[in-house]
Amino acid sequence: MSQIILEAQGISKSFHDPVTIPVLKDISFTLNKGEFVSVIGKSGCGKSTLLYILSTMDTDYEGNLIIDQVSMQGKNEGELAIVRNEKIGFVFQFHYLLNEFSVLENVMLPGQKLGKYSPKEIKERAYQKLKILGIENEALKKPNQLSGGQKQRVAIARALINDPLIIMGDEPTGNLDKKNSEIVFDIFKELADVYGQSLLIVTHDNEFASRTQRIIEMQDGSIIRM
Amino acid sequence: MNFKLIQNIAVSLLLARWRQTLVAAIGVTFSITMFITLLSFMSGLNDLLDGLILNRTPHVRLYKEIKSSDFQPVDIHSKKTKQYNFIRSIKPKAERLEIQNSAAIIKNLKTDPRVLGVAPKVTAQVFYHVGVIEITGVINGIDPEAENKLFFFNDYVTEGNFMDLKNIPNSIILGKGAAEKMLAQIGDVVQITSSKGERLSLKVVGFFQSGLQDIDNVQSYASISTTQKLLGESNNYITDLQVKLNDILLAPDVAKEYQRIYEIEAIDIQTANSQFETGSSVRSLISYAVGITLLIVAGFGIYNILNMMIYEKMDSIAILKAIGFSGKDVNRIFILIALSIGVFGGFLGLLGGFGLSAIIDQIPFNTNSLPTVKTYPINYNPRYYLIGTIFAIITTYLAGYFPSRKASKIDPVIIIRGK
Ligand SMILES: Nc1ncnc2c1ncn2[C@@H]1O[C@H](COP(=O)(O)OP(=O)(O)OP(=O)(O)O)[C@@H](O)[C@H]1O
Ligand SMILES: [Mg+2]
Repeated sequence: MSQIILEAQGISKSFHDPVTIPVLKDISFTLNKGEFVSVIGKSGCGKSTLLYILSTMDTDYEGNLIIDQVSMQGKNEGELAIVRNEKIGFVFQFHYLLNEFSVLENVMLPGQKLGKYSPKEIKERAYQKLKILGIENEALKKPNQLSGGQKQRVAIARALINDPLIIMGDEPTGNLDKKNSEIVFDIFKELADVYGQSLLIVTHDNEFASRTQRIIEMQDGSIIRM
Repeated sequence: MNFKLIQNIAVSLLLARWRQTLVAAIGVTFSITMFITLLSFMSGLNDLLDGLILNRTPHVRLYKEIKSSDFQPVDIHSKKTKQYNFIRSIKPKAERLEIQNSAAIIKNLKTDPRVLGVAPKVTAQVFYHVGVIEITGVINGIDPEAENKLFFFNDYVTEGNFMDLKNIPNSIILGKGAAEKMLAQIGDVVQITSSKGERLSLKVVGFFQSGLQDIDNVQSYASISTTQKLLGESNNYITDLQVKLNDILLAPDVAKEYQRIYEIEAIDIQTANSQFETGSSVRSLISYAVGITLLIVAGFGIYNILNMMIYEKMDSIAILKAIGFSGKDVNRIFILIALSIGVFGGFLGLLGGFGLSAIIDQIPFNTNSLPTVKTYPINYNPRYYLIGTIFAIITTYLAGYFPSRKASKIDPVIIIRGK
């Protein structure tokens, strides 16, 4: 039996603006180490909302979230930041790189924040991740000198730098053309197959989803298939 | 622990907006420069004006006052009764202005550890003769050495050598105004009559200018013995003892004490010149108020640039938080930016303040009333630089505090959703 790395226990959330609307209703599921899982569902069914909760950025919900056997309940903002830094790599639909820093520095940032490795090791690791993603030649450029697909690969390299327990993505290919989407998917697949990386990716692309190991389908705030 | 990282990020954000940060820093520089210059200049002026009076005024002056006795003969009669006597039009009895036993008192004063020095003085009411006209005046008989040591006499002798009073017999240093009226030159001989009718010819050896017109028109200086001769008095006739203390603040207490011990009048400098202290403190207060206002304005400049920066960098802040930076880290980044602006701008302001003060110090400032002053006065007290530094840091910290707190509270989910 494989190891459980993330567990959602009865997670519910409502927005109260302007009237109370339940967005997530009693969501429970588990995620095993090394799994490549996609989350699909109609627009507005609560996929992003769920992902923000699972990534510990949103703390306003009922239910319990357990990451790496540790409950996130009662942890303060600072402690959650440490969990995000150490255990979670996040890839957004938009690239969200810091334009003040070079590609290499962007990738190094979470590593520097973690402070587990020496500056020299962090640099080596950043190069290594960029190499996996095939963009080591762009290391010294500024993010705004890169194409959209390249930027997204930088964001993935940044998510990988601390060898996270899990990578989460909210439509990471949503803003890319077919070719670049293909490249990013292949990278995810390689990470899962070769490196045993766990991935939880929200997508609209059913073809993308069908090629993952497991699909979680949502409808109106509930899971209807997993 | 990750101070270096935070510093790194702060510097990058600063450089990305270096024009605006520079403007904010220049605001701090300007205000600190003005703060220091203003205080140095004001305090220089204060010292100058105070010195005008304080340098020349004894801390305690002992003298004899002619007044009627508090105790009248009729009081002896009604001593043990319940009567009260009303006596009108009492006149003082014939008394001399001489301080009795002055030599013994001087000797005693000099052994008092609180006393820096004692300068005896004889004052004589005189008439200066200009042709057939007589001008009233006052001659101060002084000991030139003691007078110079305690009251910087030489600073006010604009022409001639003050020691000539001692070296040349029957000599006089005329007040500038009085000399002009008499058309007297150095080397001339002037005719002086004392109020008792004694007439003397004195040789002019110098001119004296205090800066206070009323004094320069009337007063002149001669040696003690010359003045005693003019008054027809013996060589132990002294009318004033001017005492300078080591600590000016002790003057009121010491004056009271001497009044009791020596049974003569004693007045302290604080009582005699109370208006000066008020003037000085009001001037300092105004300088501080203006300086602090400037700093607060500069503080708003920093507040603005930080708010703008945070508004522009919302996305970056959201990413930082998403990849594991806590609110505290973000807060530190922006506080560090604010403090860098403050420290950098403040440091330049210290240099600027010193430079501007030094320039003002070179500007010629010649006025008849202040013979010793050639340029505008500046007080280079390091205290103003210290206060300036502390204020710069405090205002920039406060200016950075609220924007930084705002940045630290940014919710990444809202920003990421908003895209
Ligand atoms: N701040 C908010 N206030 C009120 N309602 C909100 C807020 N954010 C999201 N919602 C609502 O919550 C529901 C779920 O939103 P969410 O973004 O999770 O959907 P999604 O599944 O990610 O959709 P998409 O596929 O279009 O990205 C939507 O109906 C949305 O209108
Ligand atoms: Mg979504």
